[in-house]
Amino acid sequence: MSATNHEVAGEAGEPTRRDMIHVATGAVAAGGAAMLAWPLINQMNPAADTRALASIEFDVAKVAEGSQTKVMWRGKPLIIRHRTAEEIAQGKKDDGADLKDPQTDEQRTMQSNEQPGKPEYLIMEANCTHLGCIPVGVAEPGYIGEYGGWFCPCHGSHYDTAGRIRKGPAPKNLYIPPYVYTGGTVVKIG
Amino acid sequence: MSGPSSYVPKSDLEKWLDTRLPIVRFMNDTMVDFPTPKNLNYWYTFGGILAVCLASQIITGIILAMHYVPHVDMAFNSVERIMRDVNYGWLIRFMHSNGASMFFLAVYIHIFRGLYYGSYKAPREILWGLGVIIFLLMIITAFMGYVLPWGQMSLWGATVITNIVGAVPFVGDSIKTWLLGGFAVDNATLNRFFSLHYLLPFVIAGVVVLHIWALHVPGNNNPTGVEVQDVKKETLPFHPYYTVKDAFAICVFLLIFAGFVFFGPNTLGHPDNYIPANNQVTPAHIVPEWYLLPFYAILRAITFDVLIIDAKFGGVIAMGGAILILFALPWLDSSKIKSMRYRPVARMWWFAFVLNFLMLAVCGAMPAEPPWTAISLICTIYYFAYFLVVLPVLGVIEKPQTPPASIADSILQSHKKSAGVSAAAVPAE
Repeated sequence: MSATNHEVAGEAGEPTRRDMIHVATGAVAAGGAAMLAWPLINQMNPAADTRALASIEFDVAKVAEGSQTKVMWRGKPLIIRHRTAEEIAQGKKDDGADLKDPQTDEQRTMQSNEQPGKPEYLIMEANCTHLGCIPVGVAEPGYIGEYGGWFCPCHGSHYDTAGRIRKGPAPKNLYIPPYVYTGGTVVKIG
Repeated sequence: MSGPSSYVPKSDLEKWLDTRLPIVRFMNDTMVDFPTPKNLNYWYTFGGILAVCLASQIITGIILAMHYVPHVDMAFNSVERIMRDVNYGWLIRFMHSNGASMFFLAVYIHIFRGLYYGSYKAPREILWGLGVIIFLLMIITAFMGYVLPWGQMSLWGATVITNIVGAVPFVGDSIKTWLLGGFAVDNATLNRFFSLHYLLPFVIAGVVVLHIWALHVPGNNNPTGVEVQDVKKETLPFHPYYTVKDAFAICVFLLIFAGFVFFGPNTLGHPDNYIPANNQVTPAHIVPEWYLLPFYAILRAITFDVLIIDAKFGGVIAMGGAILILFALPWLDSSKIKSMRYRPVARMWWFAFVLNFLMLAVCGAMPAEPPWTAISLICTIYYFAYFLVVLPVLGVIEKPQTPPASIADSILQSHKKSAGVSAAAVPAE
């Protein structure tokens, strides 16, 4: 009897059996709560059908020189622009300009496997890096940009012929999605 | 058992807060220091279990609503998408669908507990009535939720039940059309059922607050049915004594719940609801979810006209009455003794009532043909007789045993009894 009492009550300052039970119970409860919480949180991540659409293939030969097209990728539009020789030359010329987010023209058309891409095809996410509006291209109505590329009408960001930010509030060049040419002019994006 | 508050603010911050918004005092008085009778058994843990059920249903329900599409063309597929594509969607949906079953399992035990220990009697009539309102809201919510997956049972269950409303004389058809938002169960119906299915659980949560409030004024009933006389001797603070007891019961309950979710997620459901809704073909045999079977049996038991009331409307009255009669129970039971522990005769009738209720559930699951129609009718008659005849009459004619003078007495007696037993078994201590 006395031994049991001793074990339950413990010496002053000594951890008792009851302390052990408290800690063990708390640990199990915390572990259980975490395991329950994870499915409840993870369900908000992209579902399998959404993830299945995470990469697309596109034949860039469909885009005529001097024009651009938009394709949807992961729920967002991409700009695929077939640049003219002058635009590529302009882009390379501006490599040395005072750039907010320095990148060379060659880097702007680099594939995600670090191999050089096709300089005439510029593949970029269409959303302005400022707050996500879609900038107007040089050949589209409403274009008043100063650098011959894109102009965002929302807050006045100017992008050049390589999609680099030159003037205005946007912090970054238009984002380049990961892509590789899988053969000829077919490009796999994502 | 609201009395003087025992809360003493410790820090300056708590004192500052206490004079402005005494929320810590409120929490302390309702969930920590609340004096609870010492002698509550495990049947009294179902209130806490039900709180967990409601929370689980609301959380999983909010999540399902993030992925579900309330449109007749997409509802069924969106549920299948939840099952296949959404991360852990299968788990969350099975928790929600089985959670409804577990919710009803717990609420039935909770209600029968109240019937056994006379928890509906003065001064707890309001507490009981609020509970019946919660039960009614649960039924409506569960029914609407069952429509949302838009399977065959969803569509035809909704059709059958909304036709019930149409049975009301004169205005029934207009009300039915208004409820459906059209002339049949269709997209408008699905949309409003989804909206209301999302709303009602929060209404339930609100009534639960009132339910707990009404519980905390007179305090808990207890298995002896004798009110607390000496708070010091006969009660314990809710925390830790009953938080721990409730927590243990909740864990056991969750084990059973998890057993269904992981090993038999469709055991309690009907396979026909995995067939997309088709408004041109009715399944051979329409049944509601198991927890509504007893009331469905009562609905079908009335197959004859009574005076000017035709069988259709008669069934509706019987089904509605089966729930509404619970509101009158505190005034129907004439006995001065609360707990059936001390009412040996009433106790037998109570056990018969439980068996009768289970039999009604069996009848509800069976096709509406002999002998089930006759059994349904007999069980329905006993269901109502229990409230309208047995309890009013028994209170007058039965000779109850004498309950202990107080909770303290009953605890002393049971100690003596067990001490006597152990002394006899182990004489040399």
